[in-house]
Amino acid sequence: MDKNCKNESRRDFLKKSTALAALAAASPALVKAGENDERIAALFEKIPLNLEINGKAYSLTVEPRVTLLDLLREQLHLTGTKKGCDYGQCGACTVHVNGKRINSCLSLAVMNEGKKITTIEGLADGDKLHPMQDAFIKHDGFQCGYCTPGQIMSALACINEGHANSRDEIREFMSGNICRCGAYPNIVDAVLEVKKGGQSS
Amino acid sequence: MINFEYIRASSVKAAVDALAKNPTGKFIAGGTNLIDLMKRGVTAPTRLIDINDLPLKQVEETTDGINIGALAINSEVSENELIKNNFPLLSMAFAAGASAQLRNMATVGGNMMQRTRCSYFYDTTMPCNKRQPGSGCGALQGHNRMHAIFGASDKCIAVHPSDMCVALAALNATVSISGPKGNRKIPFTDFHRLPEDKPELDNTLQKGEIITGVLIPKNNFNKNHYLKIRDRASYAFALISVAAALEMDVDTIKKVNIAMGGVAHKPWRMTEAEKFLVGKKATRENFSKAAELAMKSAKGYGHNNFKLKMAPIAITESLMIATGIV
Ligand SMILES: Cc1cc2nc3c(=O)[nH]c(=O)nc-3n(C[C@H](O)[C@H](O)[C@H](O)COP(=O)(O)OP(=O)(O)OC[C@H]3O[C@@H](n4cnc5c(N)ncnc54)[C@H](O)[C@@H]3O)c2cc1C
Ligand code: FES
Ligand code: FES
Repeated sequence: MDKNCKNESRRDFLKKSTALAALAAASPALVKAGENDERIAALFEKIPLNLEINGKAYSLTVEPRVTLLDLLREQLHLTGTKKGCDYGQCGACTVHVNGKRINSCLSLAVMNEGKKITTIEGLADGDKLHPMQDAFIKHDGFQCGYCTPGQIMSALACINEGHANSRDEIREFMSGNICRCGAYPNIVDAVLEVKKGGQSS
Repeated sequence: MINFEYIRASSVKAAVDALAKNPTGKFIAGGTNLIDLMKRGVTAPTRLIDINDLPLKQVEETTDGINIGALAINSEVSENELIKNNFPLLSMAFAAGASAQLRNMATVGGNMMQRTRCSYFYDTTMPCNKRQPGSGCGALQGHNRMHAIFGASDKCIAVHPSDMCVALAALNATVSISGPKGNRKIPFTDFHRLPEDKPELDNTLQKGEIITGVLIPKNNFNKNHYLKIRDRASYAFALISVAAALEMDVDTIKKVNIAMGGVAHKPWRMTEAEKFLVGKKATRENFSKAAELAMKSAKGYGHNNFKLKMAPIAITESLMIATGIV
């Protein structure tokens, strides 16, 4: 293959790639960096990923740029986990990774190789809701409900971490979950009740 | 987000080598700052080197202090018994940062390397010398409520946003670094730099180097406080923060270290105020006098002029809370 031909095929590849739009929208400096990279094709490769989500093993392939949140929602259709901001500022995307709460919008899916993920879909036992889900219903811990999956995942972790000993402590350790409807007092009630009931996940 | 090549490094050397082979690459640790900036197009590395498998997660006692690995998780360091008992100032600073979720992801090295939250740095349609050298500083004549009052230049008035770093500056920590030319250690207060005419450089880490950890020397600070003032009670960056560590001999100050956050391009140590306080009694008058000395070189840029009034009060308040006067 002569040199021109090689360049040609690379351009063709780029044209087909969905990433072209992203490259075109980027600043000229970024586009240049991309064009200069001889191994640009490798950049678009999907890589294998093994995860356990809500007790079920998954063998997947993903692009490196896919966040854990987008993997859950777009690829696995686990849409209980919500995207509020996509920048770590709201907590709607909170899931547990190896038992710890994190913002799935700021974690690349590929960084979670071999890990155990729990999402809101993993809490109920068939039709029987988790006590935290019951408590949110009982105390009216939501209005529109958009922040609720994140609130519930965060609330469970808050108790498990030992940070639910008073209203003030709950407020501080639940501050990573924003509720635009302002259901905060009722959310604190729900967390306190589950805490007092000695429940954990 | 533009796609990139992703690799996992299994040793410090492999990580350093992987970066050397691709200078437009970056390390990724917790991802909480880097992924944010990549999504917004502020940065676009062509290769991410995942360093989470490196054996740098330790929080261990050494003969002269404590050694914290660059990959130790913020929440774990904050809640570690050794840290809570011997370096409560650091625990307090961690607990004041970000949210429980983010602290579960963020690492010590990543926290040191986090970029400014200046809105002109984030907005790629705006001039910003830090993001695009030579384009100008949007904040200088613009919305600069969050910006620096100490050590800024006419090229950049951004502040370093970390809470952890303010405590580490006050505690005289040392940074351990590894790179293509070997290992080195530098004082924490020399790690971050002032903007001068090169605001694109946040710190003195050289090309290809990796932070491996932080060492905090033993101390006798028996009175500590981290005061953080922000726009809401939690989950917000500091307008101003004050880390105060004092060694008290009954009511006389034997030693005191004070550092401020939210006021400069780096954690701002207040050595003049410290010198003034040594040997003095812990009183409101002495603390206010020290705060006055600390403010001598302060300068406002308009929207942030309120910090000129708030800062001395915050310094006094933090010292008073630490020593139990209030
Ligand atoms: C909504 C929000 C609110 C926040 N609020 C606060 C707050 O109130 N106070 C506060 O202090 N912080 C706050 N943060 C910032 C947070 O603390 C940082 O994002 C975090 O500490 C970065 O660590 P990381 O491990 O996730 O870094 P990453 O995002 O993985 O990396 C950040 C940078 O550091 C580099 N890097 C990482 N590790 C190393 C290493 N070992 N050696 C060399 N380079 C390295 C990476 O290449 C990258 O450039 C907030 C963040 C968000 C999103
Ligand atoms: S969507 Fe992740 S924090 Fe808002
Ligand atoms: S219930 Fe509507 S955002 Fe919380």
